[in-house]
Amino acid sequence: MQRQVALIKQSLFDQGYLDEQFMELEELQDDANPNFVEEVATLYFKDSARLINNIEQALERGSFDFNRLDNYMHQFKGSSTSIGASKVKTECTMFREYCRAGNAEGCLRTFKQLKKEHATLRKKLEQYFQLARQAGPKEIARRPK
Amino acid sequence: MAEVMRPEKLDMSNETSSLGSPELLHVLAVDDSIVDRKFIERLLRVSSCKVTVVDSPTRALQYLGLDGNHSSVGFKDLKINMIMTDYSMPGMTGYELMKKIKESAAFREIPVVIMSSENILPRIDRCLEEGAEDFLLKPVKLADVKRLRDSLMKADERACKNIMHKRELQANDIYSQLKRVNI
Repeated sequence: MQRQVALIKQSLFDQGYLDEQFMELEELQDDANPNFVEEVATLYFKDSARLINNIEQALERGSFDFNRLDNYMHQFKGSSTSIGASKVKTECTMFREYCRAGNAEGCLRTFKQLKKEHATLRKKLEQYFQLARQAGPKEIARRPK
Repeated sequence: MAEVMRPEKLDMSNETSSLGSPELLHVLAVDDSIVDRKFIERLLRVSSCKVTVVDSPTRALQYLGLDGNHSSVGFKDLKINMIMTDYSMPGMTGYELMKKIKESAAFREIPVVIMSSENILPRIDRCLEEGAEDFLLKPVKLADVKRLRDSLMKADERACKNIMHKRELQANDIYSQLKRVNI
């Protein structure tokens, strides 16, 4: 089972869902804080759900307040960077470029893609954390004592 | 005639002041992102620092006693060794927060580190010119935090040694005077 966990993690990196920042987070785990990364991920998905909701409402209103949208996306990009959510981060960057260009259609398209990447990452990480917990603490990278 | 004892080398190991003591460094972290707050808190804890985290510049000013309710004097007994603040926050930037801290008598000597996800050179220059101890690009690395902690500890150690040296000089001075008077 531990091999399975390792394989899932490796594929998340290989496919570009996660970057080195995720490993930096794992480095901060130890015996006293074995679930740190999962805790951060939980906070991230809760917070990003709120941001997605705000952006959705702003887009539904029809009038494109690019400043406001860019603001939301700045926050979204920030937390995605902190957790190592590489693909989501890329979509955030593209969305912001469309905001700056005042391109409403580009924003809508990118937002759709962003939500897709976000949902995919959420599912994969949930699976990873669940398996990791079942496999036991050995599989989670630890800081050397 | 009483014998005047040569002053012994001062032993500071039981010194109760914050300088050179085994007390943990206390860092105040300010960030409006809940994910980044969790992250910086962990980085600081792993680096053996005591951490207080707040979610806005307003709360930071309240914590420091600089929010106007305490006449901008600040809480003098509050022991803070460093302040780390995000740059982009609603209401007030980290730069503006730093300026307010630098204006206060109680906290102007406290090193302020600014963190930002955006690599904007004029912004970095402005912050450093205004007196920021350092400007870190997010995501902050553990190595950055450890480096800051080490330099804080060295500064503390230097200040402690200066005080010890001063006291030794004073003690030697008194000894010499007493000898001259031949008590």
